Amino acid sequence: METLEMTQEEQFQARIDADVRIEPKDWMPDAYRKTLIRQISQHAHSELVGMLPEGNWITRAPSLKRKSILLSKVQDEAGHGLYLYSAAETLGTTRDQMLADLHSGKAKYSSIFNYPTLSWADMGCVGWLVDGAAILNQVPLCRTSYGPYARAMVRVCKEESFHQRQGFEIMQTLCEGAPEQKAMAQEALNRWWWPTLMMFGPKDEDSPNTAQSMNWRIKRFTNDELRQKFVDMMVPQAEFLGLTVPDTQVKWNEARQAYDFGEVNWDEFWAVVKGNGMCNRDRLGARVKAHEEGAWVREAAMAHAAKRAARQVVAA
Amino acid sequence: MKHDALIQTVIMTQSEWPLWEVFIRSKQGLDHKHVGSLHAADAQMAIQNARDVYTRRQEGISIWVVESKHVHASNPDDAEAFFDPANDKVYRHPTFYQVPDSIKHM
Repeated sequence: METLEMTQEEQFQARIDADVRIEPKDWMPDAYRKTLIRQISQHAHSELVGMLPEGNWITRAPSLKRKSILLSKVQDEAGHGLYLYSAAETLGTTRDQMLADLHSGKAKYSSIFNYPTLSWADMGCVGWLVDGAAILNQVPLCRTSYGPYARAMVRVCKEESFHQRQGFEIMQTLCEGAPEQKAMAQEALNRWWWPTLMMFGPKDEDSPNTAQSMNWRIKRFTNDELRQKFVDMMVPQAEFLGLTVPDTQVKWNEARQAYDFGEVNWDEFWAVVKGNGMCNRDRLGARVKAHEEGAWVREAAMAHAAKRAARQVVAA
Repeated sequence: MKHDALIQTVIMTQSEWPLWEVFIRSKQGLDHKHVGSLHAADAQMAIQNARDVYTRRQEGISIWVVESKHVHASNPDDAEAFFDPANDKVYRHPTFYQVPDSIKHM
């Protein structure tokens, strides 16, 4: 058999090339394991921190309907974080370790959540643009090579499409409302457009790990490919709303059958990644505070469970 | 006192809540199916958390939880040899047998 002459690593790659899923107990290269732990936990952290900018608006939502929807969406994000943490745990890391890395600043989360949510229209933009960008990233990951990750993503994607639609609906309602409401929608779009384009990560030539990740099928499109798709998807939607994306270079390119668009401000991108965005300190501070203030609850639940178990032992 | 000591030991030795595997029956008549895992202090909390994490959209009517440490699994490295006995027994499938066209109800 040919497989006998292949190294363990070659066999592993052959399975991936044949679209066979890798499962937790299968052999895998250390680098694959490490990269996945980093990628999945980073994604989980993003879901967790992603609750904060929206949590800000739950008490300020303009109607009971909007408030229920927003609550539901934030609850989904907590759920998405949990699916993903569980998937990462199958690779041998622990929940405690991942949270410690988030809280110490060692682990990253999506930079988009380091921007503030200043008006109700921001809830529209977060759903429509930010979740729209997230979906573009996530849908291909439903076919990623690591089984538990792919299964978690299927679940996430099923739930995420409601998030995007509710955001678009908020935008549409504002755009069909009073001139002040439409202006609010435009103002929010002006602030969120560029940071959303940054969500796809650095340019391909500045993303040295892309090739390896694509080989392992834990990434299925490059950053620039996804960014282009996003622009092509969103420009007509903004036009439908009667809004203008804040980029004078956006123009349909007949030859490419795609939109040309301007250059992202990469200095800003790197500044936010490195911790100097508008809300980095706030977001992390809120996370750490919630974790620390919840410590007694976690301990009390353990004590309660232990007490009940002890009572059962005595009763038996 | 013995109780308290036992409780203390549990708390001291476990910094995070134990891990549970979650199984959901989506509707009457179907099997419980593995959907994922979560952390909880005990079985009761695991079931409640499973409801919140895995059935927010009416995905289930019944939940099982099993502490992950109680799940024993076959070894994937042995999969080939382990499942080999079934490989050459095609006669276990109905399609192995020729049935004349004129025979009905078989």
